[in-house]
Amino acid sequence: MQLLSGNEAIAQGAWEAGAHVGVAYPGTPSTETMEEFGKKDGVYAEWCPNEKVAVEVGAGASAAGARVLATMKHVGVNVAADPLFTVAYTGVNGGFVVLAADDPGMHSSQNEQDSRFYALAARIPMLEPSDSAEARQFAHDAFELSERFDMPFMVRSTVRISHAKTLVEVGEREDVPVRPYEKDAAKWVMMPAFAKPRRVSLDARVDAVKAWAEDCAYNRIERGSSEVGIVCSGAAYQYVAEACPDASVFKLGCVWPLPENALREFAESVERLYVVDEASEYLSLMVRALGIEVAAFERPLPRDGELSAQAVAVAMGADVPPHADAPTDVPGRPPALCPGCPHRLVFKELTRMRAIVTGDIGCYTLGALPPLSAMDTCVDMGSSISMAHGFELALRGTEHRPVVAVIGDSTFAHSGLSSLLNTAYNKGAGTVCILDNRTTAMTGRQGNPFNGVTLQGRESREMDLEGVVRALGIEDVRTVNPHDANAVRAALVEASRADDLSVIVFRAPCVLLERKRKPAFEVNAKCTGCGVCATLGCPAIAKDPETGTASIDAGLCIGCGQCEQYCRFEAIVPGAAE
Amino acid sequence: MSNAENTTTVLLCGVGGQGTILAADLLARAAVAAGLQVKLSEIHGMAQRGGAVSTVVRFGPEVRSMRADVGCADFVVSFETTEALRNLPFLKEGGTLLVNDEAIKPLPVATGRAAMPQNARGVLADHDAVLIPAGRIARESGSPKSTNVVLLGAMAAGLPFSQDSWEEIIAAHVPPKTVDANIVAFRAGIAAARA
Repeated sequence: MQLLSGNEAIAQGAWEAGAHVGVAYPGTPSTETMEEFGKKDGVYAEWCPNEKVAVEVGAGASAAGARVLATMKHVGVNVAADPLFTVAYTGVNGGFVVLAADDPGMHSSQNEQDSRFYALAARIPMLEPSDSAEARQFAHDAFELSERFDMPFMVRSTVRISHAKTLVEVGEREDVPVRPYEKDAAKWVMMPAFAKPRRVSLDARVDAVKAWAEDCAYNRIERGSSEVGIVCSGAAYQYVAEACPDASVFKLGCVWPLPENALREFAESVERLYVVDEASEYLSLMVRALGIEVAAFERPLPRDGELSAQAVAVAMGADVPPHADAPTDVPGRPPALCPGCPHRLVFKELTRMRAIVTGDIGCYTLGALPPLSAMDTCVDMGSSISMAHGFELALRGTEHRPVVAVIGDSTFAHSGLSSLLNTAYNKGAGTVCILDNRTTAMTGRQGNPFNGVTLQGRESREMDLEGVVRALGIEDVRTVNPHDANAVRAALVEASRADDLSVIVFRAPCVLLERKRKPAFEVNAKCTGCGVCATLGCPAIAKDPETGTASIDAGLCIGCGQCEQYCRFEAIVPGAAE
Repeated sequence: MSNAENTTTVLLCGVGGQGTILAADLLARAAVAAGLQVKLSEIHGMAQRGGAVSTVVRFGPEVRSMRADVGCADFVVSFETTEALRNLPFLKEGGTLLVNDEAIKPLPVATGRAAMPQNARGVLADHDAVLIPAGRIARESGSPKSTNVVLLGAMAAGLPFSQDSWEEIIAAHVPPKTVDANIVAFRAGIAAARA
């Protein structure tokens, strides 16, 4: 038995099933799945620039006969939805399994969405494990099921499945040959003449899966009292099992299609039937659609955020046990850009010039928090550039503050590139800052096309970022060291004064990539307490609450020298080498 | 309604980078070695950038939920005093509150936009907190980076796992060069809790 996270278990299950190819774009809480898969013997795995590309690479490899694992976070499924909906039509050759990792509670996401709706909408069968042992089992079995029913299969996890470690019995890898490929336009060419009969075929395949789901081993009834029956799946099942040990529980492992007859029979066997959903209405809508009456909880279940055993117990009428409240004066502890982060001064200068800043997805979204407070918008991957174009369109012809898009290197590769293509093509204005920190930092420093690092350490190309931008016809392209405050300021001011679209590449590696430290800086007696250094939001800099004078934590400071450039009083000085 | 009665719930909290995850991992392995079911739940991502972090380890004959509920944690082990206050609601009546006697200022405090809590020590004392100077003990035992293992030792003093088993697990799962230092830190933690 091994203690594995849900993500590690899914990688293990896919590997045991003989999966040949893994494709992904990193995204919390899915990332470790492909990292772990890529470490295993006999597999090929790669980071793709985005989830749509990953699913298309996967579709090709599956058509050619390989077993394929594709992994992504919930919002990545939105990006991949285009191929997914049609891969349901084509079906597969080699088994094709797609992990959608949802983030109820939004620990590291911009929204809370339920990927089970995708299974329903795209008509792709979906399995949902409740712990790591099931995660291994479902991921493993999904490959054979995918081939048996000629359908891609999805596995849904949530953050408490992906990132919880539980005990797993692991097995050996099966030797599964790549299946032969034969040309078959009626199956693989989804033009109307072929897609129409394929739609009919999809219905027939869905019917076959529905018949299988009706008594599949992944759905089970844990029989308790005949008064209360509860339908649930995934993490919610664990909370229900703990909160309601006496209830009868219909635990769904296959969350689409549902075992309709079995659910109806279960509903008839209990006096009141409840459905427990986490941050979603998926299951209760689906159960109601079967004509089953769903009982109202004594107190409403939370509509947003994560569930817990207690949340379920309280909904069923129990009281919260006695406990202390946290004192009301406990200060918040939000995350912050690291000491020495190359993004910091870009945000500092954008705040100083009162720019309208359209932000994007990554560590640098932390630039939105005080004291930098340097961001106006953040919606989705790549949106900084397209939203800046939208701002410029709405504000054109007016005197307006400079509009500046801020995007990271990996996010630019993911979907910023097509946004920039649009702005360039439509002769848009504004300034685009590409914060090239040489890695996909937020998710744990993965490779991407602009640092040329690949998942399994294969030799690669490092894309020429400025060259790509110039190739779009953008002439005003400059490269700036983001640790040099004067250079950052000059570049932003010049670029925002220009009428044309301009791009600034701020290039310096993520501090977590190199982990180089220089001697910590110190504050000397010249400090007047002006407080400017504290506006950088560096975790190493503190301000004395009484005198206002600054101090630098030698344990946190990495000696980047950013703050020294903002001290007019020469009070911040390099410390002695240890 | 509380978390199941035959399950032990340990909530480890602190600040990103303090080593809560390694401590939680060692605890989970100790429970596995004792033949128990275990669930360990941690949160990655945005929370890692110096923010507040918490990891939950639950063990027993049959463990269901992987989360700690309010009023249900048998142990709240905080690597920092302010985080102990923040996580106080999770502590069960009669549960053990074990706190590293060190305060790390959150960024809003360091930059003058917020203040540290007025009466941290008083509130902790009201809840019978065991304050352990884990950082100092780690330094004195020659392994300044083993604050987390000192706290683990202090917690182990209240758990039914044998010292041999703990030390085998530590030896197998910390970096090889740090095994001796971590064992010393672990024993110092046990001694501190019993003092």
